[in-house]
Amino acid sequence: MTAAIKRPGWIRGALGAVLAAAFGVGLVVVLREISGLPIWQTEQTGYPHVVVPLITGPLGFLAGFGCFDYWLRWAAGMPTIPEDHSQHGARSWRDYFRFNTDHKVIGIQYVVTTFFFFFVGGLMAMMIRAELAQPGAQIVDASTFNGLFSTHAVLMIFVFVIPVFAGLANYVLPLMIGAPDMAFPRLNALSYWMLPIAGLLFIGSFLAPGGAFDTGWTGYAPLSTGAPLGQSFFNLGVQFAGASSIATALNFLVTIITMRAPGMNFWRMPLLVWANLSTSLLVVAATPFIAGVQFMVLLDRAVGTQFFEFAGGGDVVSYQHIFWFYSHPAVYIMMLPGFGIISEVISTHARKPIFGYRLMALALIGIVVLSYSVWAHHMFVAGMFSWLRVPMMITTLLIAVPTGIKIFSWLGTLFFGKIHTYSTAMLFALAFIVTFTIGGISGVMLGMVPIDIHVSDTYFIVAHIHFVLFGGSVFTIFAGVYHWFPKMTGRMYDERLGRVHFWGTLVGTWGTFVPMHWVGMDGMPRRVSDYAAQFGDWNLLISCFAFMLGAAQLVFLYNMVVSWRYGPRAEANPWRAKTIEWQVSSPPPIFNFDEIPRVVGGPYEFGVPGARHAIMGGEAAEAEKPEPATVGST
Amino acid sequence: MLGRLPIAKMLAATLALTAVISLVMVPINWNGEGASTAAGPIDTLLDVMIVLSAFVFSLVMVMLFYALWKFKAKPGDESDGEPIHGNTRLEVAWTVIPTIIVLFGAGYSWAVLNEIEDPAENPLKVQVFSQQFAWSFGYPGKGEAWSQGELHVPVDRQVHFKMHALDVIHSFWVPEWRIKKDNVPGITTTAIVTPDKEGTYQLICTELCGFGHATMRAKVVVESPVEFRKWVGGLEQKVPAPLMEAVVQDTETDPIGLGAGGA
Repeated sequence: MTAAIKRPGWIRGALGAVLAAAFGVGLVVVLREISGLPIWQTEQTGYPHVVVPLITGPLGFLAGFGCFDYWLRWAAGMPTIPEDHSQHGARSWRDYFRFNTDHKVIGIQYVVTTFFFFFVGGLMAMMIRAELAQPGAQIVDASTFNGLFSTHAVLMIFVFVIPVFAGLANYVLPLMIGAPDMAFPRLNALSYWMLPIAGLLFIGSFLAPGGAFDTGWTGYAPLSTGAPLGQSFFNLGVQFAGASSIATALNFLVTIITMRAPGMNFWRMPLLVWANLSTSLLVVAATPFIAGVQFMVLLDRAVGTQFFEFAGGGDVVSYQHIFWFYSHPAVYIMMLPGFGIISEVISTHARKPIFGYRLMALALIGIVVLSYSVWAHHMFVAGMFSWLRVPMMITTLLIAVPTGIKIFSWLGTLFFGKIHTYSTAMLFALAFIVTFTIGGISGVMLGMVPIDIHVSDTYFIVAHIHFVLFGGSVFTIFAGVYHWFPKMTGRMYDERLGRVHFWGTLVGTWGTFVPMHWVGMDGMPRRVSDYAAQFGDWNLLISCFAFMLGAAQLVFLYNMVVSWRYGPRAEANPWRAKTIEWQVSSPPPIFNFDEIPRVVGGPYEFGVPGARHAIMGGEAAEAEKPEPATVGST
Repeated sequence: MLGRLPIAKMLAATLALTAVISLVMVPINWNGEGASTAAGPIDTLLDVMIVLSAFVFSLVMVMLFYALWKFKAKPGDESDGEPIHGNTRLEVAWTVIPTIIVLFGAGYSWAVLNEIEDPAENPLKVQVFSQQFAWSFGYPGKGEAWSQGELHVPVDRQVHFKMHALDVIHSFWVPEWRIKKDNVPGITTTAIVTPDKEGTYQLICTELCGFGHATMRAKVVVESPVEFRKWVGGLEQKVPAPLMEAVVQDTETDPIGLGAGGA
């Protein structure tokens, strides 16, 4: 027993959580006693006796679980544990439930965890659509409904779309650039273990008195500063998800900049690597803003700072400025990695080099720069100073240009290729182009102030964000999961079930979200549990398609679970791709490469006679081949 | 490379598809009935955008399906495509042309924005008060008459709504007017509307404000100036003191407020 308490793991983690939470409560009691306040607070909001342990408890768990062991020993001057690689690789399913520093294990931990939250959030979407199938109240009351759509959005954004990309990249990116692991493996593991904490805080808010946070994922002050306890779960969950995100982004930046294999200059990086480089640049600079603004809300709630209370000299609209200064770049954080995935999939399955590779990479950087200058387009009717609207409109519309470059370049890649559509990944990639074009078009319309004044905060917005986030991001996630499933699991998935999933998802997405544009323009506001009878028929139709969309995801779940266990063994390179991750076995060896590969050409040299992307370790003897053609020549 | 593609035919197909989509979509009145001077320009802008969007969408569709039809690999074909890495002229084209299109859209939108927010002489000033989960309104003349849950305005006269939120943010939207503005605690926001059709409409709260958000509505009546004066004259209540305090205290953060650019 003593040994179990000393050893990092679940038992010590649970103990750490309990002790740290108790310390948190004690701290509140002592501080209130010193300040002469009643020891137990009785006001409706604040709840310091819950909020402080919600900060200390998870930290205690992380410490007990072993996330800080190495650093704490080092900081305390104790002998550090020599690296014996016992925390590397997974030999059984139990290894996925340990503190593991192997980027491939962490990648799978990320993807599985985030898909768990995807299904929980999806279940909430089903309940939302059941409630909205008819006007009037059906299954939940208005407060619960507000809690459901808020939690749905937060789960999907903070613990599904953003981290699932980090998970996929965690797995494939080091392999792609010929690195043995990420630059900071322990930090990588810590990043992962903060994620379930964030997700559990979001879901756990349903247990709080007053119910789950019900102010939307935007949590506008002062609705959020006066909301019941559940809101604090959101404020804190965002801190953990944000810290996880920032640490991962730093890790990616350092990994990409310093750990590329010899010969891989920036213009030889696969576009997935470019995409994650751009995303990480966004995350490190933007995410601190949402962490900060949620902390300000928390302080307003818990200690009465009045940042956003106009009566106390605060400014209500500034919440929105800070929030959107993160949350607009966030939509690109949720889209750029997907652009990378689509580039890999389309080039591979069209057997063609990416059309205009350099412009594709520059377009990503262009989006990063522009995305910092468009945030106030979410606030055209918010009562901010009105001169800001036109400059923000112009930058917003201009961001369509680099996005358009990407769409046309993918189409250009298809021309004169040999397009194979047997893979579900390619189907999702092609459908993504169409669906995302629609989302982009409605985005341009929303960028125009006069149209936005009319449709802002209506179902048109719901339609638009689901076209770009479901039809956009989630389609790319499916493309990525199908594309790298053989690499990650060493098994092939069932393409027939993949096709069922694809068509169900495509028809479900269009059927659900296309009519939402119409009801929104015609006068149905968003975030309502009840609506005018005239929209009843359309909403019933939307709900039917939504249930179909939900059912299609069960096919995906079944396919993934069963194929992982029983699927036929995958070969190293089932798609005949050129990038380095496909040149090692499926799944790759624990340390990725016996010998670091040498990169000698661009990543997509399909059809170029004699061209190679990389020379793998075992081929050192034949390394004297002529230097092949490089990327960018026309 | 381009020489080997039926560019003229693809362009013709794109234009044909654009025409079909436009002919189907433009006649539909997406935004519903219009009842203010802003409705016309906004709906026209939307129609222009539908045609431009139809063109972009058609271009993507024609390119995608032509490529899928023409360049699909035969079963068993393991060979690679042609090693084409790009085409500078094309890449410049699909950077420059969309830039021109969106800048045109921005300029056009700016013009529409200035048109719908152009302040007229002698507008009617109406105070709007929102709180969880009800609307009330103050009218000038005879010491600020007050109505709850029902807004009356005269037809064909510009109204400046001065908005005040008493607790959290609410948003003022009458779909037929096409105008929406948030009501923000602590500041006065302004919406400019010139109703041009008599009738009864609905005011909808469009900013999530709590459990009663979905039902936070008010009746809007647009009537002749004579009937409007009569109705206001018949109002017995005055705006209560706490609400008047908001009118005095709220800062007009954007006093010019109107006209988008350098107004």
